[in-house]
Amino acid sequence: MNQENSVRISISNTIRSIALNTFREAVRDRVLYNLVVFVLLITACAIFLGDLTAGQEPRVIVNLGLSAMLIFGAFISIFVGVSLVSKEIEKRTVFAIFAKPIGRGEFIVGKYLGLCLTLLINVLVMGIGVSLALWYVEGGALVGSIWGTIVLIFLQLTILTAVAILFSSFSSPALSALLAFFVFVIGNFSASLKDLATHLGSSGAKIFFGIIYYLLPNLAHFSFITNAANNETPPAAMLGGAFLYAVVYNIILISLTVLIFSRRNFK
Amino acid sequence: MSYIIEIENLTKDYEVGFWKKKKVRALDGLNLRVESGQIFGFLGGNGAGKTTTIKILMSLIFPTAGSAKILGKDISDTKIHSRIGYCPENPYFYDYLKASELMNYFGELFGFDSATRKRKTAELLTKVGLDEKDWNKQLRKFSKGMLQRVGLAQSLINDPEIVFLDEPMSGLDPIGRREIRELIAGLREKGVTVFMSTHILSDIEALCDNVAILNKGKLSATGNLNDLLQQSGERQSFEINVKGVTAEALKNEISQIPGASINSKANGANIQVLEETDIDKVLQIVREKGGTLVSIQPVKQSLEELFVAKTN
Repeated sequence: MNQENSVRISISNTIRSIALNTFREAVRDRVLYNLVVFVLLITACAIFLGDLTAGQEPRVIVNLGLSAMLIFGAFISIFVGVSLVSKEIEKRTVFAIFAKPIGRGEFIVGKYLGLCLTLLINVLVMGIGVSLALWYVEGGALVGSIWGTIVLIFLQLTILTAVAILFSSFSSPALSALLAFFVFVIGNFSASLKDLATHLGSSGAKIFFGIIYYLLPNLAHFSFITNAANNETPPAAMLGGAFLYAVVYNIILISLTVLIFSRRNFK
Repeated sequence: MSYIIEIENLTKDYEVGFWKKKKVRALDGLNLRVESGQIFGFLGGNGAGKTTTIKILMSLIFPTAGSAKILGKDISDTKIHSRIGYCPENPYFYDYLKASELMNYFGELFGFDSATRKRKTAELLTKVGLDEKDWNKQLRKFSKGMLQRVGLAQSLINDPEIVFLDEPMSGLDPIGRREIRELIAGLREKGVTVFMSTHILSDIEALCDNVAILNKGKLSATGNLNDLLQQSGERQSFEINVKGVTAEALKNEISQIPGASINSKANGANIQVLEETDIDKVLQIVREKGGTLVSIQPVKQSLEELFVAKTN
């Protein structure tokens, strides 16, 4: 007995297994069906916009395509993100999982990476869809400029997913989704928040909005859709900075989630 | 003596209420030791604290006070989970997975290679009596009994040294219960310790060596099942079923045996004796009268009474 138990259980293998299972869950729960809607939207744009937007079809396709990619992705990040952990607790699937030799931290990281993988596949397929539509309407001149922006959109979605998982580790799924949605909206207008903090008369209000500005993720770092529609590509410094910002912010959020989740009782 | 489970003063309080939190004690200073290689029955009424105890041992909830060790290691060390198995009460698994995929996934979490996972999946799903045509069916299409079988199979995937079964017979039909009873008995033969919580007293009688009875979060009795029954003033008896002879024909001779009783039944008789040594005497009388033996079984009729006495 137990000879096979001597097999070394590596943390990375455990995380990989959990991540792949989370991806499989998303696929079987038909999360990727949103791609069908997206493809229909882009196809309709490519075919019908020519008559309406006289020579502006590529710009409209980029604007519409990338914005839809962000909105669809944000919906998946928020709604699947908040249910990632809460569903496991509610359905009591965690009971059998945590009786296995895995830590709660590995579980959270695995679930998070699994959803990030789903989002990656989602934005890749959508990116290919937008590229094909651009190629169809204008021979593909704008195709090269959109992929840097797609990377920024994906990075933004990884932060939003981490936010959703953090909220769901201590509050109900509905409240978590609402809070994550607020973070998404406020995070995209964080520059306005800073201006508001600067221009307010009351010092208390200045401090309050200042704290919110620094506490919430500055998603404006990842905003480049309008520029991409004007055939601009994000500079390397912007891409590098956004990547570092996302990595650091995600590590902090996931660490907090693990800390909270490690103390939870599964009644 | 070395114990496979050592529980010291284990206490768990739950907070209930929204605004005004109130503490409810689910487990109250539990002390318990379980020797290895036996089937240990964990009894108690609803809300007695059985599932709470098992969840603490599995690190699913944290104790308010006290400590526990499994295989000599503190329960906070999740590495021991590679040596233990657990089947939760009314198990529920990822319903988008097929039974074979679930087994494969859990095998991955133990670090088994692909060939081992495949072999163990086939071996264990067969062992728990899951029809091969159901192995590749999604779990959302499974009945409660089928899920229970998958739950038992997954709890054995790592060849555990000790397995915790929370109401393992729940949802099973009579044939399923018998099969799982045989499986649990087979685990003991292989040296696996089984810690089993159940409401079904006949399963405890048939399987368990030692038991603990919980009442309102407190240990009300623990020890060898026969010793507990004897201490409670009751004795084990033996039931002998015979055919080819009537109770009327045996009545006089059987009444000579102290404590023996006889009842009539279709095509034969049912005789009860208190001592094992009286069985031979009964069989001799039956043969002399032209009857034949159908069955002999020990009857611990007092377990139900013991359970009621210790939980009231």
